[in-house]
Amino acid sequence: MADATRGDVPAMKMQAAAGGGAAARVGSAPRPAPAAGKRIEVPIKKAGSGIEDKLHTWPFLVRSEFLMSVAVIVILAVWSLTINAPLEGPANTTRTPNPSKAPWYFLGLQEMLVFFDPWYAGVVLPSLVIVGLMLIPYLDINPKGNGYYTFRERKYEILTFLLGFQILWVSFIIIGTFFRGPGWNWFWPGQVWDPHLVESLTNVDLPYLFGFRDYTASALFGLSLIVAYYVVGYALFYLWVRARPANDPWSSFPGGGKELLEAWGPVRFGITAFLFLTMIGVFVKMALRHAFNIKYIMVTPWINI
Amino acid sequence: MAKFDLQEIKRQIVESQAWQSIFRHGYEDTPRNRILMVSGNIWLHLHPSKVQRHATRLRFTWCMGGITFLLFLVTVITGIYLMFYYRPTAEYAYADMKYLEFDMPFGMLMRNMHRWAAHGMVIAVWLHMFRVFMTGSYKPPREFNWVVGVILLVLTLLLSFTGYLLPWDQLSIWAVTVGSNMARATPLLGHEGPFHEVLGVNPIYDARAFLFGGSEIGPHTLLRFYILHCIFFPLLASLFMAVHFWRIRRDGISGPL
Repeated sequence: MADATRGDVPAMKMQAAAGGGAAARVGSAPRPAPAAGKRIEVPIKKAGSGIEDKLHTWPFLVRSEFLMSVAVIVILAVWSLTINAPLEGPANTTRTPNPSKAPWYFLGLQEMLVFFDPWYAGVVLPSLVIVGLMLIPYLDINPKGNGYYTFRERKYEILTFLLGFQILWVSFIIIGTFFRGPGWNWFWPGQVWDPHLVESLTNVDLPYLFGFRDYTASALFGLSLIVAYYVVGYALFYLWVRARPANDPWSSFPGGGKELLEAWGPVRFGITAFLFLTMIGVFVKMALRHAFNIKYIMVTPWINI
Repeated sequence: MAKFDLQEIKRQIVESQAWQSIFRHGYEDTPRNRILMVSGNIWLHLHPSKVQRHATRLRFTWCMGGITFLLFLVTVITGIYLMFYYRPTAEYAYADMKYLEFDMPFGMLMRNMHRWAAHGMVIAVWLHMFRVFMTGSYKPPREFNWVVGVILLVLTLLLSFTGYLLPWDQLSIWAVTVGSNMARATPLLGHEGPFHEVLGVNPIYDARAFLFGGSEIGPHTLLRFYILHCIFFPLLASLFMAVHFWRIRRDGISGPL
């Protein structure tokens, strides 16, 4: 029992059902409750209900799956009978269409090119997105909301995810698909695509706007701005988390922000803050571009941000 | 003449050695048969023989994981059909799309189904991820299965992206050009990326050239994407799917405590 592993369902069930009492039956001391922030093994079954609220897979689950499969196949078949897959003229490497759009699911990244250089928008940012997605289960230590819908118990996680997934990713795809025409200029749906439309671009670099004309000085200024963004961002993020009140009914940490920070640990906090600030950085750059026509914040011979 | 007895014929078939060697249990609706129906069937054995009540509810699962898998199977089957008629060379690829449309029985239907199922798979896999996030199903003990799921999401996009080139028309070649041009901006590894001079990469020897099989998109790219699309990524995705499903089977579907 002491080495109850995740596969050891009955042992975990009993442990969860009756705590020490059940554990004592199988002849060993009850495992102490895991400390906050420790990896918590969650019993797979609803504990202690006494009644197994289970259904036979056949027919109850298989029936739904079968009906769903039939429905999907029928919709797909009707769709495919009525709408043909696109096929344009034969490939010609000497004739570039304007606009050239990536497949729709990558248009979010292509839209990022408006605001960032390709090395960042097309390589670093998507890599961070993938790595960040993979890290979610390890960064989110909130034990609540495991296996059921809840907004109240996980509002910060859900809001962050919605910001990244729905607002950034999905809306950028919609913009790239429906609102971008020749020259990647903005066209409203229904508006005629004018291939000769010239939008005056009066973008300037942020250091230039601040009066820097010397190359080295402006590079250093830009660098310090980006470093400052992260330093201030980390500080604000830390202070905000720390200021979470104790006994917040919406939080799983009755000790408030201090307890959460202790459970979270510096590594988790650091990575979470970095990913979050980088995501917010996209909005910052967008705002700077739209409001002040800023092209780059930092300009160096190697990289521009 | 003896009466035509359907029940007797059925009994003789069901009790024959041939039948019983294939179907090892009866079909009557008994608890035992319900369990054997799942545990005795290699395909249904993906499931446990009993599931929690909420796991059968559409409003909990949205069925999006299952739909993703179903659409994957659709693309496999229609893809095999398309492979019979498609030659991944620059001379023939585009013409074969036309042959598919006008000469092959059900050719256009198969191509349409293949393409729309692929797009549907991308949407379904996103919705699946969204649902899993909203139910917090990535929380312990299922963290690693979420990681496997993210890998499968990337593989789905790569499968769709490599397939995008194969029609070899203006749409596909330029979409893939735009998508792949990012690779030349890879830091260190792309010839237009930051710090490219450190490793001395150049247009014919960098990350994009590795992807394209040459300095520009061309017939070599077509063959490369074809092999990635039809063999490499499907195999890789199948392996990760096996891990993904197996983990769900071991850990059970997530649910409220």
